[in-house]
This record gives sequence, structure tokens and C-alpha cells, in this order.
Amino acid sequence: MMLSIVLLGAAALIGIGLYGALSQQSFVMLMMGLELMLNGALLAIIGFWSLSLAGMPEGQLLAIIVMAVMAVEMAIGFAMVVAVYRKRQADVTESIRTLKG
Amino acid sequence: MKPLFLIVLVLFAVWSGWRVFRVDSMVRASFSLLLSFIAVGVIAVILSAPYIGIATIFMMAVEMMVMAIFMVMFMMNPAGLNPMMMVHQHRFAIGAGLLGFAGLAAAVLTSDLPLAPVPPGKAVVADLGHELLGRSMLIFETAGVTLLATMVGAVILSARSGRFGAADEGSRPPGLAPGGEPAGRRPDESGGHTHHHGGHE
Repeated sequence: MMLSIVLLGAAALIGIGLYGALSQQSFVMLMMGLELMLNGALLAIIGFWSLSLAGMPEGQLLAIIVMAVMAVEMAIGFAMVVAVYRKRQADVTESIRTLKG
Repeated sequence: MKPLFLIVLVLFAVWSGWRVFRVDSMVRASFSLLLSFIAVGVIAVILSAPYIGIATIFMMAVEMMVMAIFMVMFMMNPAGLNPMMMVHQHRFAIGAGLLGFAGLAAAVLTSDLPLAPVPPGKAVVADLGHELLGRSMLIFETAGVTLLATMVGAVILSARSGRFGAADEGSRPPGLAPGGEPAGRRPDESGGHTHHHGGHE
């Protein structure tokens, strides 16, 4: 019961994050969507570890890895936003059409 | 009592996550995201993962402060005074989000989830420490090296001076209108050698 609630919340966070990452024009808002998806993944990992793994320590390790992924995504993402802005003066996805198929 | 508190926190995490894309100011959006992370951290503390929960709260507090600074740097709509709705492929995105949620929810509701809660009184933080510096040390160290590589990459990507001169040399900003004059500064004109003098023609 409790595990289902936590997992449904995680699914909702991932869904909202997917909506944000696909719909937002601004690079920074797009990254908020990615962070929200990782937040949902973190919630699901914590729920599974706590309620169906009987306290296996590897579950906590996975949560720490997800947090490291969040930090990497933020740092590299913002560095790329700065680099793109410097090169193209662009801060929305529509301004970069060079790679559009 | 505990399940009720958990339900409230899960709902709050989802609601504040939803607020991220509803508010008009990007700074408010980043603080909404911070609230969502804090709710997940408190859920982790309730679900007997105190180290992960507190670490999430601290790390995300700092990360969202950095995010707020970037939000101010790239803000379209200072102070949220105007309604902000900067979206593309909106219906597709709503559909994909709903589909993702429905698929994951169906998987949660239809599968037989194993139930084995953490035994009360288990030393979970000590377990994590022994795991990090014991059997899984290589994974932990790999995460450290990855973060170092991230630092190097972030500095290289965001530095103005590249290997072959200034990173923005020859760049031409897009026009304010399609095909119009470039907006902002003009790096092309600062070089001097591309300058056209009046009497050469």
C-alpha cells in the first residue's frame, strides 16, 4: 500500500518532468524538467529500498549514484547553456536550428 | 499516522513539481523545484533512509540556489510580472507526459510488489558507510572521478578562451526578426581585419 503510493508519486513526477523537458523553450526550464524526472527516480529508489529490499545497502548506494548524476547534469548542462549563449546569443531551443533534421 | 503523513508529502512533492511549469517567474519555478526535492528528502527520512534524505535536502538547497542565479541570468520575464508561457509542441508534450505517467502507474498497479520493509533498529547509515568504503568502493570512487571530469568539462565549456583563440570569435548572433540585424554585441566588428574602409571601392 505505502509502496504503491510512493511509486505512483514517483510516476507522476516523471510524467510532469517529461512534459516539461519536451514542452519548454527556455534551456533552463528544460533542465528543470530533467531534474524533476531524476527526482521521481530518486523517490522510486528510496521507496523500493525502504519497503521491499529489507534494508539492502546497495539500494542506498544507487540513490547516491542518482544524486551524483543530478550534479553532473546540472553542471554540464549549465556550462553548455553558457557556451551556446556565448556563441549564438541564444537561450531558447528555437534559436538553434543548425542541427534540426 | 505515518501513512497519512507520507501521502501528504507525496502529494506535496507532485504538486510543487507541477507548480514548476505553472508559475510565471523562473526564480519561483526553481524554488518550487526545491520544495519538491525537500519533500522527497523528508519522505526518505520517514522511510528510514535518514542519510539519503538529509543529503538530498542539503545538496538540492545549494543546487537550487545556483539554479536561481542562472534563472536570473537567462530570465525572460523579470519578477514574473507578465504571464509566462514559453512552450512548443504543447499537446505532444502533454500527451507524452500523461502517457508516461499512465504507463508507469499501470506497471505499479498491476505488478505484484514484493514487501520486505527495513527491519526496525537496523543500522542503515553504518551499513551504507561499510558498503561505500567496502565492497562498492570502486563504484563510489568512479562517481568521484566522474564529478572531477564534470568540473573540468564545465570549466572548458564555459570558458571564453578556447584552444584556438576566443570561443566567440566569428560568431554571429541571430537577428531580432528573422533575417534581420544581429541582436546584442557584434563580435565580427571587433576584430579589425574584416573592417571595410570607406574609400576602397
